[in-house]
Amino acid sequence: MSNTIHMSYEVPANDFTRAGEASSSLKSSLKKMGVNPEIVRKVAIAMYEGEINMVIHATGGKIDVVISPEEIEMVLKDQGPGIADIELAMQAGYSTAPDNIRNLGFGAGMGLPNMKKYSDEFNIESTVGVGTTVTMKVKM
Amino acid sequence: MGKFFTSVRLKEDLCMGCINCIKRCPTQAIRVRNQKAVITKEFCIDCGECIRICPHHAKEATYDSPEIMKKFEYTVALPAPSLYGQFNHLEDVNIVLTALKKMGFDDVFEVSGAAELVSEMSRKYVAEHKEKWPIISTACPSVVRLIQVRFPNLIEHLLPICAPVDMAASMAKDKAMEKTGLPREKIGIIFISPCPAKMTAVKSPIGIDHSEIDGVLAIKEVYPILLPLMKQSIDDVEELGISGRIGIGWGSTGGEAGSLLTDNYLAADGIENVIKVLEDLEDQKFDQLEFIELNSCAGGCVGGVLTVENPYLAKVKLIRLRKYLPVSRSHLASGVAEENFWTDEVNYEPVFKLGKDMNESIANMSRVEELCEKFPRLDCGSCGAPTCKALAEDIVRGVAKEQDCIHILRDYIHKLSEEMSKLDRLI
Repeated sequence: MSNTIHMSYEVPANDFTRAGEASSSLKSSLKKMGVNPEIVRKVAIAMYEGEINMVIHATGGKIDVVISPEEIEMVLKDQGPGIADIELAMQAGYSTAPDNIRNLGFGAGMGLPNMKKYSDEFNIESTVGVGTTVTMKVKM
Repeated sequence: MGKFFTSVRLKEDLCMGCINCIKRCPTQAIRVRNQKAVITKEFCIDCGECIRICPHHAKEATYDSPEIMKKFEYTVALPAPSLYGQFNHLEDVNIVLTALKKMGFDDVFEVSGAAELVSEMSRKYVAEHKEKWPIISTACPSVVRLIQVRFPNLIEHLLPICAPVDMAASMAKDKAMEKTGLPREKIGIIFISPCPAKMTAVKSPIGIDHSEIDGVLAIKEVYPILLPLMKQSIDDVEELGISGRIGIGWGSTGGEAGSLLTDNYLAADGIENVIKVLEDLEDQKFDQLEFIELNSCAGGCVGGVLTVENPYLAKVKLIRLRKYLPVSRSHLASGVAEENFWTDEVNYEPVFKLGKDMNESIANMSRVEELCEKFPRLDCGSCGAPTCKALAEDIVRGVAKEQDCIHILRDYIHKLSEEMSKLDRLI
């Protein structure tokens, strides 16, 4: 097993004021570790989008990050309502966010597409009524 | 000058070794070691927060004394627009400018005049560079330094135009050389500054090769000299002003952005707020904006640590002063714009690195996390570092030890004394 570090973050339910804390904390650690700025940017955006999704659609969740010299892996796991049609959810502009969320400037339907765009490997598994797990990898 | 000149200094005899400055420093650049504050100059961005917070007045900014004028045959004062906000009932900036001449300067050149030219250049640059939106203001040297060391992805958004003070300096020098026939080195261009960061910008400029500024005086030191001279000037005021509403508006927050004549901008002030905006900007949370004005000091330049007036009162005074002025009185002459773009590339300076390669960084980061688990997470500052995490990082970088934590030390002493008493019983 090569040299890795594991970090985990709890994403609180329904607390918009704290959404983004996990990605910004990871961003700060990656910068201190001397990770290439372009990679830091990709990780920060992908993770931020995921974190916001967990707050909007699920009741929070957990993010596990594993950093190795080769890649950064983020696993975002929630016990939310699940996604019925993943293909539809992945389409740019498609959103099920309610009006009160849209009024805050979220819910543009770009969350999942951006997560895919900024990660080198992207996998999503979801079961309605059980929850969603998104795995993203960004190569160093 | 070295790459990391900073102008904030410690007066050791006054420092009590308390934790006020380490807690306030936005870049965690200060530690208390052997009962004295120590500033790591690579991390310092010269924001002046430690000068503001220190209850013992042990932090000071370096700047020149008015004696520096004697070093030159001909001197030009460059007053910052924030200077005008310091005086009560000022109705005409020419009174301040005339008083500066009475103080001994041969001429004056308003920084706000050059600011109007920077505004004109910026309007054109912003309109022509949509791909770089939002473009970030580069007038505040603390903000530029902060971006250079901590926000590498934002460097490409920086407005590559000289700050008004640098533009004013080179224009004033050219004008003085033409007028007097003297060589460059015999002319002293002296900036009257609201903040220590400008001093740093003179000694180690970013984006340009060198600054034409030869000296920096603090507004707070010039202020008492000017007051009586202003009274004397009222009856024979010289027409020296070259700026209007736009230029003088640069003295407080929103002035620079407002001069771009668009409402699609954001203006933030106060270093903590600036950092928040930069973090969000880095995560691409507002890519629709055209321009972002950032000032390290609350209120903008009027909030600089070298000023005397309350920044919000100073802002009101600037608004009153501008009220009946023309919008702009300085306009770009041909050839001026070309000379005032940045000439040097700005590169990322990662001042804080946990390891020389990724393997070492990962190992060190794991060690930091382990140490954090051991510490009480009170962030009490008694060890001399601002947070438990900062202490852990210091230990990993080899500049502190676990027993610097008084809670760990207490447990350690406890254990030692228990063992001593065990030994005692054995004897």
